[in-house]
Amino acid sequence: MLRSVVKEAKSVDEAIKLALDELEIDREEAEIEVIEEGNKGIFGFIGNKNAVVKVTEKVNIVKITEDFLFPIMESMNIDAAIEIEENDDEIYITLDGDNIGILIGRRGETLDAMQYLLSLVINRNLGIYKRIILDAANYRQKREDILIRLANRMAEKATRMRRNLTLEPMNSYERRIIHSALQNHKYVDTYSVGEEPNRKVVIRYRYGN
Amino acid sequence: MKELLEHIAKSLVDNPDAVSVNEVEGEKSVILELSVADEDMGKVIGKQGRIAKAIRTVMKAAAIKDNKRVIVEILQ
Repeated sequence: MLRSVVKEAKSVDEAIKLALDELEIDREEAEIEVIEEGNKGIFGFIGNKNAVVKVTEKVNIVKITEDFLFPIMESMNIDAAIEIEENDDEIYITLDGDNIGILIGRRGETLDAMQYLLSLVINRNLGIYKRIILDAANYRQKREDILIRLANRMAEKATRMRRNLTLEPMNSYERRIIHSALQNHKYVDTYSVGEEPNRKVVIRYRYGN
Repeated sequence: MKELLEHIAKSLVDNPDAVSVNEVEGEKSVILELSVADEDMGKVIGKQGRIAKAIRTVMKAAAIKDNKRVIVEILQ
């Protein structure tokens, strides 16, 4: 949860210091909002106003992620390094180390579950929504390459046979890879049918384009 | 196993102090009974049980090394 305090003092710097002391954090770990600049007034007493600042503890994504993942990995006897990259709307978390297969599971099932739980934990603490992508031993990148190749192969087959082809059930992340791989294809387009978890992509041959 | 489920549940709920897990150990399986504060029920179950399913998937993976089946029950 986000912790914040509002402090008043003679100067902005003093107010910030009081707030940081109360939260027991360093300046780098804080978001500082100056509510009132304050001024010394004339001769230091007429019309003087105190400075007011609001200091909020910055959410430390690295800490949240490590606190959540390390005990889970430990229980699976996995010793892995965690790497985190963040942009405006996504956070990429990559794990690499020994014995990491357990964490991926059959067809990425365990990795997807971990990604979902981790995104709940991070976004709950963040207060705003960011897409969380958890990858282990490059699994997602490899899977993406395989799916793009599959998409192209099936599109070619649909074109050659002049008919529609339905792919195996996939989760939304994987379906999106297929859709985007074929979105500018000359002879086919794609859509999904069925209910989760059996939703499938259909590659449709466009007659006469 | 018990500690792991506690850890996951506590990370998801608003009232971590109200999280408790009771472990019933069988020969080939472990039953873990999870209870949370009433208002946190949705935080461990989710829409159409999506969160509960993810928790079970992670617990299942962690149980592989012990060669045991793990059953997570969420107590109402």
